[in-house]
Amino acid sequence: MSTPNTTVPLTTLTPKDFSSDQDVRWCPGCGDYAILNQVRRVLAALGSRREKTVFVSGIGCSSRFPYYMNTYGFHSIHGRAPAIASGVKIANPELDVWIVTGDGDGLSIGGNHLLHILRRNVNVNILLFNNRIYGLTKGQYSPTSEEGKKTKSSPMGAIDIPITPLSIALAAEASFVARAIDVDKNLADVLQAAAQHRGTSFVEIYQDCNIFNHFAFQYATDKATKDEHVIYLEHGKPLVFGKNRDKGIRLDGSHKPEVVQLGKGVTEDDLIFHDQNDENLAFLLSRLSYPQFPEPMGVFYKAEDDCYEDLLDGQVRQAVAAKGSPDLDAFLRSGETYTVGA
Amino acid sequence: MVAGTPTNAASQPAAAGASHTQRVELASAVIRFAGDSGDGMQLAGSQFTDTSAIAGNDVATLPDFPAEIRAPAGTVPGVSGFQINFSSQDIHTPGDEVNALIAMNPAAFKAHIQDVQNGGVVVVNDSEFDKVNLRKAGYPEGYNPLDDSKYQDRYKIYRVPISRLNDESLAGSGMTAKDTGRCKNMWALGLIYFLYDRSLDTTIKYLDDYFGKKKKLPQVAEANIKALKAGYYFGETAEIFPVRYHVGRAPVSPGTYRKVTGNEATAMGLVTASKLSGKTLIYCTYPITPASDILHDLATMRHMGVKTFQAEDEIAAVCAAIGVAFAGQLAVTGTSGPGLALKSEAIGLAVMTELPLVVIDVQRGGPSTGLPTKTEQSDLLQAMFGRNGDCPVIVLAAQSPADCFNAAIEAVRLAFKHMAPVLLLTDGYIANGSEPWKVPDASSFEKIPVSHPTDAASFKPYQRDEHLARPWAIPGTPGLEHRIGGLEKADITGAVSYDPANHHRMTELRAAKIVKVVDDVPPAQVYGPEQGDLLVVGWGGTYGSIRTAVERAQHEGRSVAGLHMRHLNPMPANLGQVFRRYKKVLVPELNTGQLRMLLRARYLIDARGLNKIYGKPFLVEEIHYAIEHMLSGQWGDRESIPPQPHALEASAPAQELHTGG
Repeated sequence: MSTPNTTVPLTTLTPKDFSSDQDVRWCPGCGDYAILNQVRRVLAALGSRREKTVFVSGIGCSSRFPYYMNTYGFHSIHGRAPAIASGVKIANPELDVWIVTGDGDGLSIGGNHLLHILRRNVNVNILLFNNRIYGLTKGQYSPTSEEGKKTKSSPMGAIDIPITPLSIALAAEASFVARAIDVDKNLADVLQAAAQHRGTSFVEIYQDCNIFNHFAFQYATDKATKDEHVIYLEHGKPLVFGKNRDKGIRLDGSHKPEVVQLGKGVTEDDLIFHDQNDENLAFLLSRLSYPQFPEPMGVFYKAEDDCYEDLLDGQVRQAVAAKGSPDLDAFLRSGETYTVGA
Repeated sequence: MVAGTPTNAASQPAAAGASHTQRVELASAVIRFAGDSGDGMQLAGSQFTDTSAIAGNDVATLPDFPAEIRAPAGTVPGVSGFQINFSSQDIHTPGDEVNALIAMNPAAFKAHIQDVQNGGVVVVNDSEFDKVNLRKAGYPEGYNPLDDSKYQDRYKIYRVPISRLNDESLAGSGMTAKDTGRCKNMWALGLIYFLYDRSLDTTIKYLDDYFGKKKKLPQVAEANIKALKAGYYFGETAEIFPVRYHVGRAPVSPGTYRKVTGNEATAMGLVTASKLSGKTLIYCTYPITPASDILHDLATMRHMGVKTFQAEDEIAAVCAAIGVAFAGQLAVTGTSGPGLALKSEAIGLAVMTELPLVVIDVQRGGPSTGLPTKTEQSDLLQAMFGRNGDCPVIVLAAQSPADCFNAAIEAVRLAFKHMAPVLLLTDGYIANGSEPWKVPDASSFEKIPVSHPTDAASFKPYQRDEHLARPWAIPGTPGLEHRIGGLEKADITGAVSYDPANHHRMTELRAAKIVKVVDDVPPAQVYGPEQGDLLVVGWGGTYGSIRTAVERAQHEGRSVAGLHMRHLNPMPANLGQVFRRYKKVLVPELNTGQLRMLLRARYLIDARGLNKIYGKPFLVEEIHYAIEHMLSGQWGDRESIPPQPHALEASAPAQELHTGG
């Protein structure tokens, strides 16, 4: 369960209570600091218990995250955090498990595991820090780097087509898909919604790597431009954006999204209304990208569905009910046996 | 010898009712069913095994099937075989030479005839020896081996039109020709039941239960039973066989028995370990031949509290298991060689995080995809060393199908006690082969103790106990929140450490921890003389063949002892001393000499090897030959020799000539 309810909180924990004794060693100015602070705050706000909380990570800058949380933590191997977290949840569904991964760890070496934890709907929260670069290995292009990006490993420009994490999550049957920005206030809301969702919550967080890919998301964070390049999703509300909230997104005659100016005969009623339970809309929204469109932030999609670990527990209970739970002697003698007399 | 090993008493004609058929008492017999991979040979073989076990024989089996589920029908690569050794004595192998072969088509004849002893019985399905099938089997145009005096002189060939007789027996059943044809394995089985004087009861009950009750296909059950009986009655009335054979009960101790394959025994051992430790067994795996049956078995054991997790790949499987171990339950992953290679990095993580993890490797022919359905022992060095860094794990090997049960329990016991990954090696031969297993009493097992710390004041993640094991603190325990991972740990605190001296110390501690497992390893014991000319050292699934060969040499007065190793890492403390009591050491292995290399390196002994990489188990005669060869002083300087080629072609033709009925 994402909010432990078997332990009565004796004291209210503060964000500081979730800080471990380890010095945080990310580069000064890294977007990870902001995310770390927000996660600590959200856990405190949700009344999480340290002993029931587990952070699992792979390899990469983001994957150092567990060391900085005073909870249980597992800094594992590259790309495999979803698999390890799945094992933790199967063994103890009561634990509140968070996976911290990055665009390399989660989408490149660990892409397969990401697909499968999403389709199984294991009740964990996945935070994918997307900085569109390999930071820990000192600046090679990643699966989300723009085409043509020049890096140490692509001096003539990357020729790989980047992938869109949210589109992939939706295609993998994710039951909760959201996006936020490291320095944005709405990160806390998104994290809280993710924590409260039962099932795999997938959150992509735009994160600035100020050493190897600084300003990759400046369009979405710079006060002067962000209102034109970001659109905050609200369930049931029309897709309106812009400094003066005078622009919106609607479907054109061939059902393709287009940016429109409100007024001059275009009203909010003409716009797309966000429905976080509509997976087709969620996919459409996941395809909107800068600079052609403002990029949506918030909860794209949310669906109620059974969790893998609960279904597995259910099968055990069902089998015990159907067959009984024999003792060891009866078990070893079940099936075809024969007796040899003295 | 005819269709088996005669008893000491001479063959005697027995009262066989009105029949003119002689009845011959045999000490043991080896038969092999062979046919297309879709012909149901595995079922016929396993039914014959069950029937013989229930009749009180000791049995050992060797299924042999192609990697393709249905290779092109009628071709040699598509042939599937099942060999059974059934005996009135204690036996350890499925037998070297085949006394009776049942060949359902020309390809099966071609693939298996060379394994039949001189004078052996060959029952062929004559209906299938037509022009088309002979061509598919690769015989020259116009040639039929059944008409070739080379074979006629050597074997007692019985040409029985099994397909036609089976169809006739089921005429009017209302079934399609295809469905009728699928009963011909039961027809052939019935005929062989007659030849070896076996009851039909076990198989009739099986057919009723499986097709009738479980699959709800009573007409299929009925047809199969009809075919089975028709085959038997044909043997009785047609009187094609001049003799019938009988293999008496083996002197087995009283008790409840079941027939187990190694994979079944592994599954049951894991469930037993779960109960003995009070931990939920969570088996995380990815399907791979020949290990998948462990998953299939455990998936039916949810009522025993078992959880199975079919992961997306081998890496996810072992990683999920590591997550299970971290969260405090019984973590097991199973695989075969290629999968073990994929799991390497994660096993290193389990070594670094010092978590209890059991990894089962059902070895198969390698490298790469290799021979997926064939057996080999070539993962020993991978199990020992196949990881980056100095990365020791506990390594065990099971020696027979039933022994997988005990080996699985021991693997769990050691993992929990020492907080370390345990690699349990089995192989395709013992995993798929079966033998009778006397079901133990649950009261005979020792509990597997497990403890988790709860005291926050004294808890240090990498503080060690007297076994050098660290505490198993599990999430959910208040006050013990801590972080682990693949980065080097500071001694005692477990914090990340890049300190050079600490890395040296921790590397030594991880090694010392595994070395200390030796306290739980029983001293190596030999069978045979305590000292002598030769010690034959084996490990894993070759036990049966080696033991049989060593005992044969001992009967012949040779000064030979055998030693079989279950514990490959650490090895028994007295092993070096044992080696020094023998003039020579022979290490037969189904690889190019992996244990031999370890023994030479560790004990500085001049061990020599008998090394076979055929994808098949050792024949007893191959090991026996190597023993004789070494003792006779002809071995020379060679570090190893291959098995001698099957000597059949060179041997004299059979005395008795039969052309079949």
